Amino acid sequence: MDDSLYFGEQHLAVRNMVRDFAREEIAPTAAKYDESGEFPWENVRKMVDLGLLGIPWPEELGGSGLDLLAYVSVIHEMAKVDASHAITISAHTTLGTSPIFNFGTQAQRERFVPLLASGKVLAGFGLTEPSAGSDAGGTRTTAVKKDGRYVLNGSKVFITHGGVGEVFVVTAVTTPGVGTKGISSFILTKETADRAKADAAGFGHDDSLPNTPGFTSGKKEDKLGWRASDTRSLNFEDAEVPEENLLGEEGQGFLNFMQTLDAGRIGMAALALGIAEGAYEEALRYASERRQFGQAISNFQGVSFPLADMATEIEAGKHLVYHAAWLAEHKKPFTKQAAIAKLFCSELAMRTTIKAVQIHGGYGYTKDYPVERMMRDAKICEIGEGTSEVQRMVIARQILREMRD
Amino acid sequence: MKIAVCVKRVPDMDARFRISADGTSLDEAGLKFDINEPDAWAVEAGLQLKEKAGQGEVVVLSLGPPAVQETIRKALSMGADRGIHLAADRIPFDGFSIARALAAELKDGAYDLILFGKMSPDSSNGIVGAIVAELLDCACVTAVSGLEMADGKGTAKRELEGAQEFVEFTLPAVLTVDEGLNTARYPSLKGIMAAKKKPLESRPAQLGEPMVTIESLAMPPDRPPGKIVGEGAAAVPELVRLLQNEAKVL
Repeated sequence: MDDSLYFGEQHLAVRNMVRDFAREEIAPTAAKYDESGEFPWENVRKMVDLGLLGIPWPEELGGSGLDLLAYVSVIHEMAKVDASHAITISAHTTLGTSPIFNFGTQAQRERFVPLLASGKVLAGFGLTEPSAGSDAGGTRTTAVKKDGRYVLNGSKVFITHGGVGEVFVVTAVTTPGVGTKGISSFILTKETADRAKADAAGFGHDDSLPNTPGFTSGKKEDKLGWRASDTRSLNFEDAEVPEENLLGEEGQGFLNFMQTLDAGRIGMAALALGIAEGAYEEALRYASERRQFGQAISNFQGVSFPLADMATEIEAGKHLVYHAAWLAEHKKPFTKQAAIAKLFCSELAMRTTIKAVQIHGGYGYTKDYPVERMMRDAKICEIGEGTSEVQRMVIARQILREMRD
Repeated sequence: MKIAVCVKRVPDMDARFRISADGTSLDEAGLKFDINEPDAWAVEAGLQLKEKAGQGEVVVLSLGPPAVQETIRKALSMGADRGIHLAADRIPFDGFSIARALAAELKDGAYDLILFGKMSPDSSNGIVGAIVAELLDCACVTAVSGLEMADGKGTAKRELEGAQEFVEFTLPAVLTVDEGLNTARYPSLKGIMAAKKKPLESRPAQLGEPMVTIESLAMPPDRPPGKIVGEGAAAVPELVRLLQNEAKVL
């Protein structure tokens, strides 16, 4: 994909830099953070300094001023080495920052986007609830308008950056009984739960962001994979939000997050693709070095054919991901292509990492090799930001609509 | 302070090399290229000196085919101010030719410092910096692993076998940079965006006639197969005999 039609000279420069950075700075620490489950503040600080937390936003708003293809290639490259670091960029950018950039008022954009695009503080997106996941319309969190403020009650679960983050876009029902048309979204702020580590790393907190009373994060989830990513619940107990923190108009929340998730799927597809490619590269190297029966195991078809299958599917995945990104970048319809890319690459990541562990044999089952972590990291790709079943619903809806039209 | 940094585009040394059909050069197909790592330390040194002084200019030069412009862009994305590409069909092996072309470009540039990497692993010559210093009649310190600048003079540290040497030098000077001086920064995304707009001039390299050319390239001979002389204590006398008489290492 070096001379891909999607890449210009700058994309390649970005990709080469991130490839070097991921290999030299992130890879050696990935196993440590996976083991401890700590948020990698020091590594993320380096990512902030390189501009990786604000890739597609304009420079005047503190971003790096690149496009969606550059953004997708960064997620792809980071995930080849470690999915947790990749999701940190992805969740912060497409879930946390993009709704404010896309749907915010001028004042909201100027207030929040520079803090987020520069990586000064981390952002998250609160949609999933204990009883509303794939059925986002089943949102129970409520927001009641009172004296120029909204009072929020309810909770969100599985929120990336729930603890470490300071700025959140969350959905809540403002008009009960009218289904998805009654959902609105709000910008909420709180102090990071890791204040000491944030201060030591020199980012992650900003004094100008008020700590909203009644808005708290829950305990950190102990997860199968993505262990260095901070996942928590968010709780709202009479959490008061000033009226000007309503994002977009009342009742637009559902529409807005559907668009946010549409674009987010391309990043998630790139992340899954990266896990697959990283595991494939490990398996390829191992198969060329590991000797059995007097020769490299890559000489056996039982090993080389799965490698050929992996390479074939990864190549297909690249075309799906970068084509979907290209469509989105050029403001063409991309809902179907993004869902297809996300579905294909998530399942590809699972298949490929399982095969990579198999090629490593017993060693693949140990923590001496990264493929077992990649296998654990792959599973959530079939669940997060829309399960594979939801992707099929989206794709089916699109193709059936196309047929009717 | 005006600083020139001369950088070379080199292949990734982890690659499996093949000799091209002419028998005197590498087959570049499938090779990945990047800035020579010691040259990246030289760029970093230049940038740090400029940042510390709060003023100055860092100019990056590279000689070779159009592809070396990518190497110059990388140095620009790290933060160098402008680039000069000395165009040639290929990067010659002859260090004197390269030095002559660089010196011709550098001599009227009023540079205070001219920085090089200590050596590039593809040709392992390590002579271009020293020859440029000779041609420009200025001070030369090679294999610098520590550097201080003050009052128009410099102090450089050099690692010797079991000792460190500190030398003082006058300006202008040519320095070649060794490991330990710094760690080269990654280009930031803003740096990559900015590099696009930075000036990069290209003009023909004044190489002259080479004095050294490659006659032929060959892969190193295969290692002879190992020998198993037996097992356990019984094999020791024979092993000692072979190490003494055949390998001649005892």
